[in-house]
Amino acid sequence: MANITSLNVNGRKLPVSVDSQTSLLTVLRDYLNLTGAKYGCGEGQCGACTVLVDGQMTRSCVTQAGKVAGKQISTIEGLEKDGQLHPLQQAFIEADALQCGYCTSGMIMSGVALLKKNPKPSRAEIVKHMDRNMCRCGTYLRIVKAIEIASGTAKEVRK
Amino acid sequence: MKPLDDELEIELEIERYELFADPLYNFTFNRRQFLKVFSGGIALLVPMSNLLVASAQQEQGESGRGRFDQRVPNEIGAWIHIDEAGTVSVFTGKVELGQNIRTSLAQAVAEELHVSIESVRMVMADTDLTPFDAGTFGSRSIPFMAPQLRKAAAAARETLVALAADQLKVAPAEVRIVNARFVNHDASKSLSFADVAKGRKLVKAIPADVTITAVKDWTIAGKSVPKVGARDFVTGKHEYTSDMKRPGMLFGRVVRAAAMNSTLVSADTKAAEAISGVTVVRDGDFIGLAAPDPQTLARAEKAIAVHWKAPGQTSAAQLFEQLKRESSPGRGGARPVGSIADGMAQADKKLSQAYTVAYIAHAPLEPRAAVAEWKDNKLTVWTGTQRPFGVRSELAEAFRIPEENVRVIVPDTGSGYGGKHSGECAIEAARIARASGKPVKLVWTREEEFKWAYFRPAGVIEVSSGVKNDGTVTAWEFHNFNSGASAIQSKYAFPNQNIQFHNSQSPLRQGSYRGLAATANHFAREVHMDELAQLVGMDAVAFRLKNTQDQRLKAVLEAAAQAFGWGAKRPAGRGAGIACGFEKGSYVATAAEVSVDPKTKKVKLERVVASFECGAIVNPVHLHNQVEGAVVQAIGGALFETIDFQNGEILTAKFSRYRVPRFSDVPPIEIVLLDRKDSPSAGAGETPIVGLAPAVSTAIFEATGQRLRSLPLVPNLS
Repeated sequence: MANITSLNVNGRKLPVSVDSQTSLLTVLRDYLNLTGAKYGCGEGQCGACTVLVDGQMTRSCVTQAGKVAGKQISTIEGLEKDGQLHPLQQAFIEADALQCGYCTSGMIMSGVALLKKNPKPSRAEIVKHMDRNMCRCGTYLRIVKAIEIASGTAKEVRK
Repeated sequence: MKPLDDELEIELEIERYELFADPLYNFTFNRRQFLKVFSGGIALLVPMSNLLVASAQQEQGESGRGRFDQRVPNEIGAWIHIDEAGTVSVFTGKVELGQNIRTSLAQAVAEELHVSIESVRMVMADTDLTPFDAGTFGSRSIPFMAPQLRKAAAAARETLVALAADQLKVAPAEVRIVNARFVNHDASKSLSFADVAKGRKLVKAIPADVTITAVKDWTIAGKSVPKVGARDFVTGKHEYTSDMKRPGMLFGRVVRAAAMNSTLVSADTKAAEAISGVTVVRDGDFIGLAAPDPQTLARAEKAIAVHWKAPGQTSAAQLFEQLKRESSPGRGGARPVGSIADGMAQADKKLSQAYTVAYIAHAPLEPRAAVAEWKDNKLTVWTGTQRPFGVRSELAEAFRIPEENVRVIVPDTGSGYGGKHSGECAIEAARIARASGKPVKLVWTREEEFKWAYFRPAGVIEVSSGVKNDGTVTAWEFHNFNSGASAIQSKYAFPNQNIQFHNSQSPLRQGSYRGLAATANHFAREVHMDELAQLVGMDAVAFRLKNTQDQRLKAVLEAAAQAFGWGAKRPAGRGAGIACGFEKGSYVATAAEVSVDPKTKKVKLERVVASFECGAIVNPVHLHNQVEGAVVQAIGGALFETIDFQNGEILTAKFSRYRVPRFSDVPPIEIVLLDRKDSPSAGAGETPIVGLAPAVSTAIFEATGQRLRSLPLVPNLS
């Protein structure tokens, strides 16, 4: 089986030696110690494993590492810049858009992908884009609000 | 109506994991163990007995007037420690799973100590460091743990102030705590917490007469304090059990059968054992694997050939018939009141109906996970469980070692909803780790979580009732088969009632689920109430108000009705429903509006209003989040969640076959929180889930004329 020797993650070329068919999620978590992306289902249904590949929302649990070798992979760990949270990270805190937090990395990465291609999404566009991300604690309305805060379209912040 | 007394409820409750309401064993954190971890500084201890006294008083609805033992207690329920560096630490066995109890308890302590919430460090759910706790369930942390920690913190403050006054050579009444410093009247002299705690070795039990801050004077509690540690969650830094790595750690797997109750016929593991670095554990029907990396583990798993044999087992199609057939005689969910025969004789109209609820799964997004490490004959396991001490017992029993040789640590966990009371994954990880001689991480797959955890019990509920034309319910006979006794009683004043819970033989492994059977019992009761209201031509809200004298129930019902605009005309194809209830010290009323497409029969939840009252509100934003989350989770059980199973096999073991609520399923939800500063704070994690299903069933009835009496509702719409 073909092996890959490195992955570009968060702007850095990281050496790793794995079979190219290994899931990107496994490589990130178990070989590169980037555990921000989570395992939730292994079938691309829950979105907890979401990362960006060349800016596109990607389910890392159903993506083979070989398919993304050479591409730019962004994970939650790379979102904070110089100690400054990404506006969507900040908005998640402001909107209290999490309970257990296990879905949060995937939610934020999916939201970041949305805001990249659509900086002022409508509520319906947010729901449509985020619909493949699950939150079992039921904080969906707050996540919508967080995305609206980050995009500057929020009407009021829930307290 | 008098609530069920605790003893009776415990006797009846079939959700066996929650029988641990009171500690059954005496393996608690005793004084000797305490002194082992207490290194110096000042400690205030909460006796275990206090938590139990508080618990009993709460359930009797009495205000606190306990007399507490002044001696250093033998058994400690929680403690607050100010170490010699001045750090304030709170030690409690409670677990954080997203309900934000880490935040709420820190608020209580910060308030009484007159310090900021940031200066309180919460040490939670570590069986070596924290005192025994039965578990984090039953909405108990806020009503029972928080007031005791308040007392401990208040006593700590008094002790520190007295010591500071002595050091400052001023009167204690002169000393205030400002910005984590003890200052005298004109702030000319001050001491830090470290200055006061340094060189001390002082241990006190909380005194009987310690006064805590009145609710009206709260400045930290009662406010929307952000989640403690929120930054670590939004940056992906927080380490869940499944994220952990230990030096030399192996990755573990368990080889499983397809069907429950399977026995191993044969297994060929030679090829797997031949792979370098792979450990194969064979122990009875258990086959475990470990490998240094996931790829090797996957290869080893593929190399194993296993044959299982499974007995014939009940399938979903026979479920409700079996639950009734195999049930025991009713054991009295409550003491019978009056006479059903008399009540029926007074009735103008009578109604008998049966209701069912399906098995559903908790499906916490973080599946069960454990990291197990043996050193000498001592075992440490990090695992996401709601019962760290219970899991410690399970481990000690499984490996026949003393409990003091087992340490269970629970990192803040990716949710539970009552589904993580048990220690299967911890035991499996420990078994594989013992065989391999290295630390082992085992993370269950989603399929394993669906198949090998446990479910919310399915149930059949039969209700027979009589009602007068003026809306007075005269007779109420209620039989719950298998789903449980929680909230089988209500706040309705039925003059003649016979309410019984019947144990049964469940074909699937069942256990706790957020709210336990309160959802099933409210579903049956509230839909039945709506049917009765309809029989006598009364409005659903007026009918309920007529049958209760409970002012708090009336208040939430009226608040929900008002916010919803109850009674407004709705267009064709739309319907509305309302339901209310009480459980675990809190009150809820939920109103829902649906639309039903006449052609496709697609049900859309258009909006929900939930009013909720749990006494004095501790953290409004987190309470709002809890109530909203419960409503969202309830959508799944109400509309579409159901476990399908055939001959011992779970057929719905992945999210593509088990639908849970998503963004697009969630309508606008309005939450009305009633803040009752005159009532003790009750827990809020469970009760808000109970009202949605009956409200939606009724709404669908109004929209379509079809009365749906089985959960989930949607598949039953014809």
